[in-house]
Amino acid sequence: MIRILCISLILVLGISCGPQENVIKVGLVAPLTGDVKTFGESTKNAFTMAVDEVNAQGGINGKQIKAYITDDKNDPTEAANAGSKLINQDGAKFIIGSVASKCSIPLSLVCQAAGAVMISSASTNPRVTVNDDGSRKSNIFRACFIDPFQGSVAAKFALDHLKVKTAAILYDVGNDYVKGLAEFFMADFVKGGGKIVGYESYTKDDTDFSALLTKIKEANPEMLFVPDYYNKVALIAKQARQFGIKSVMMGGDGWDSPEMLKIAGDAIVGSYFTNHYSSDDPRPEVQDWVQKYEKTYGNRPDALATLAYDATLLMIEALKRAQSEEPMKVRDALQQIRDFKCVSGSISFDEFGNPIKSAVILQYTKTGQAYVATVTP
Amino acid sequence: MEYFLQQVVNGLQLGFVYALIALGYTMVYGIIRLINFAHGDVFMIGAYLGYFGIAYFHLPFPIALAFAMFGCGLCGIIIERLAYRPLRRAPRIAALITAIGVSLFLEYFTSLKFIFGPDYLAYPRPFTVTTYQIGGVSFSTIQIIVFSVSILLLVLLTYTIQNTKIGMAMRAVSFDKETASLMGINVDYVISLTFGMGSALAAAGGVLYGIAYPQINPFMGIMPGLKAFVAAVLGGIGNIPGALVGAIIMGLVETMSSAFVSSTLRDAIAFSVLIIVLLFKPTGIMGKMGTEKV
Repeated sequence: MIRILCISLILVLGISCGPQENVIKVGLVAPLTGDVKTFGESTKNAFTMAVDEVNAQGGINGKQIKAYITDDKNDPTEAANAGSKLINQDGAKFIIGSVASKCSIPLSLVCQAAGAVMISSASTNPRVTVNDDGSRKSNIFRACFIDPFQGSVAAKFALDHLKVKTAAILYDVGNDYVKGLAEFFMADFVKGGGKIVGYESYTKDDTDFSALLTKIKEANPEMLFVPDYYNKVALIAKQARQFGIKSVMMGGDGWDSPEMLKIAGDAIVGSYFTNHYSSDDPRPEVQDWVQKYEKTYGNRPDALATLAYDATLLMIEALKRAQSEEPMKVRDALQQIRDFKCVSGSISFDEFGNPIKSAVILQYTKTGQAYVATVTP
Repeated sequence: MEYFLQQVVNGLQLGFVYALIALGYTMVYGIIRLINFAHGDVFMIGAYLGYFGIAYFHLPFPIALAFAMFGCGLCGIIIERLAYRPLRRAPRIAALITAIGVSLFLEYFTSLKFIFGPDYLAYPRPFTVTTYQIGGVSFSTIQIIVFSVSILLLVLLTYTIQNTKIGMAMRAVSFDKETASLMGINVDYVISLTFGMGSALAAAGGVLYGIAYPQINPFMGIMPGLKAFVAAVLGGIGNIPGALVGAIIMGLVETMSSAFVSSTLRDAIAFSVLIIVLLFKPTGIMGKMGTEKV
């Protein structure tokens, strides 16, 4: 044991005493295992692809990117630890991640305090880039739209397109993303003349929804809004259909996973969700990307992959423009980016580090996802 | 009224699954005064064994259930032999901490890629689910299976404990270990067997849980394990009918508070019931006051 310790100590010292490497260190925090692992896998694939492409083209201002990839297991504590490790041990000052808002919020605090620049690829809760008092976390950006917009898109679609008048909402009371999206949907749905007939919460570890679903069946809503991640949604959808609830189901971007149809089966077919992009979009940027990704990884990129690719490209672009590895200069370059062509749309940041872009609505069919509509802000 | 009855059925379904886990807690506590915190994780292993039986070996449901129960029973015996038996004469706190260690070991060891892996798996259902309506209350195939399997196992357990030689030995050991061994009972063997039986029941609970709420992961045992432990304490830990009563009360209270009060307050209400019962009856509903042996 002592021998192993000695050897590892020598190795660590050897590395840290070595010559200064001529690389730019970029870290990724993503849920590679756990309940949303397909999110992490897509994110990692796209991140690796973007980094490899830039390195193959000669890197950033002559320097290669060195990627550090860590797993947060979709756990807020792990996300904060992963961030500290990347910044303090590995020396990466440019962080992409994380996916879930509940992880990105603690990660953003770590990055902000350590003076690192962070771009979350897919966290939609407003509090990722702003503090509780509404002030901006200056170093934090994201590559996706935010939940107030997503909620209002879903509410409008439900009222105007599906013509439903009553809805019930099921949400995880301990998840920032789920709770936020549920509240934003409710506010807009009520404002648009709809009626919420059920608003029920559960916690992360719950698997038995029979009491809630029996209650919702009594209320008989036309729509069931479940803005959770695909694993939980699959579980709820199966139980709901088993209880004979026939209401149309709808949710948010957490539904986008190749696993969804596998685990939920027929229970999810016919349900709608809001998302960041559709791989059926005919724009050349999208089609090039879909082709490229499919060639490398063998499946079509989901929104998580697309957003991670965009987030990495944004970071690379800012590093190029800043001509420096000083985090504050990169941060300023990022804030000044205007109409940067990304796969999920052209991106300009608002004063809170949020890009302004459109959302799409998709529907689960027996074979996959079908494009329904695009909604611009 | 129909709504109420439907919620009762929901509550009973949850309660019976808790009961199968709570029995293991209570049997082990009854016999060696150890709260086996790893029991929730044995429940998880049972669910996984059932999953492998159904998804990989394509066993029919009763055989997959038996396979999971046998595998988990063996697992329980091994855990007892390796982790708890060396501590038989150690202070109780040492065994308790070991139990927590075993629990963490099982959770993280099975999360490794080459064991069960850290991912969530969808539980296969080896039968088609149909829903029957009886007077406005709907029963599904799943609920019928959960009820019948748990009642069958409970009857079997009661019979074993009350009417067989090994059951008598178990009762004797739980009553007084030293005297039992003087009477020619192999105490270690009886304790092993108790762990095995408790773990097999937990495995049945795990498989039924997987079928009713079709998603499993290596950490799935934590919450049901905790709730079942509370149920065992509520009923009077060490008392077998008490565990059943406690579990059914837990299931019903949880369901009813979701149904009639608020889903957010569900756990708060369930645990308040525990506190109130223990305030008035510190040994649990069916627990007997016993003098602490020094």
